Amino acid sequence: MDENHLQLMVGCASNLRVDAGQFIFHEGDPANELYLIRSGRVSLEFFAAERGVISILTLGEGDPMGWSWLVPPYRWKFDARALDLTRALVFDGECIRKKCEQDYKLGYDLMRKSVAIVEQRLEATRLQLLNLYGVPAGTP
Amino acid sequence: MTAAAHAMTPVPWRIAATRRETSDTFTVNLEPRAGAAGFPFAPGQFNMMYLFGAGEVPISISGDPTTPQKLVHTIREVGPVTRAMGALKRGDTVGIRGPFGSHWPVVESAGADVVIIAGGVGLAPVRPALYQVLAARRSYGQVALLYGTRTPADILFRKELEEWRSRFDLQVLITVDRGDRDWMGSVGVVTSLIPQAKFDSGSTLAVVCGPEMMMRFTIRALQDRGVSEDSIFLSMERNMQCAVGFCGHCQFGPKFICKDGPVFSYDVMRPWLAIREL
Repeated sequence: MDENHLQLMVGCASNLRVDAGQFIFHEGDPANELYLIRSGRVSLEFFAAERGVISILTLGEGDPMGWSWLVPPYRWKFDARALDLTRALVFDGECIRKKCEQDYKLGYDLMRKSVAIVEQRLEATRLQLLNLYGVPAGTP
Repeated sequence: MTAAAHAMTPVPWRIAATRRETSDTFTVNLEPRAGAAGFPFAPGQFNMMYLFGAGEVPISISGDPTTPQKLVHTIREVGPVTRAMGALKRGDTVGIRGPFGSHWPVVESAGADVVIIAGGVGLAPVRPALYQVLAARRSYGQVALLYGTRTPADILFRKELEEWRSRFDLQVLITVDRGDRDWMGSVGVVTSLIPQAKFDSGSTLAVVCGPEMMMRFTIRALQDRGVSEDSIFLSMERNMQCAVGFCGHCQFGPKFICKDGPVFSYDVMRPWLAIREL
């Protein structure tokens, strides 16, 4: 990302500090933030009364978190809970969306980076669905 | 008796101890019957274990190659023979043929970094490689163990993993596919750990063991990191029956998994792994 675009992004950013065990967002809440985790770990999880908490992914240092600010109706699909003391940069989603509308190059760059990460997450999700560690039928 | 005939004759060993690792996996410690001797083995090799009246199965050795007088096998109950073995108790006798097959090139890789990547019960066949590395720790650079399994309840060798995690000269990363509220570790597939592992891609032995699908995705992630094909070693699994390359059940392309493997470098296996019918 070039310097001008970085400056535009910084204009939408603030710092976040969350203690271990605290929730960063909850499923169904309005989603207007993109997080970039600087330190600590965050569990993306889902709660179902009959199954309890199901953790689906752990994110850590350097990982971006949250796409729901980009896609209407801008609501979180999961809960995010800090596993450790976590520090993150928080980008205001509405602020970024406005800047992307004004500067399509920024929008394209950001979208290209986002799609690369979404692709990685999609592949990881597919692998989880494949039950990678299962044993083939017919084993003695 | 010829060497081949000897290799086909099970030798009785006594169960010295059994330990339940998870709901479907257990470890047996074996000792030679009175007057008999143990045998040396290399990490990655396997034995044929015969439970009289039930059948014979190939099982990787999961114990320490520096103490070969103690034979250790970790077994997942997945079929009729291994389920019957799950009922073994101290004092019972099983037949052992072995050790068979190729080994992880741990000694040959002295001076390099080592990354060991295991999925599910695949941690058992790589444990001897880690023992061997740790026994000569100064001979290696960075050493990392990456382990993925389905759930926290499926984690093998928990106590030992905790001990390894407390070492400053060993990086241990564990992840599960599905966590719960009590699980404070990582959730995600084992390939997601590879970017976090500390090793020099240009000088690394990569030891990979798990179901074939897991190994394929792991190889891709190692290659993304810059590890060369001839530095990646896999433990292959097929229908091994005679263990000496006679019966042909485990033929895979031009190789017999039992005799030429089970440990192969990826550059040798690559052409055959891509063929659907094999």
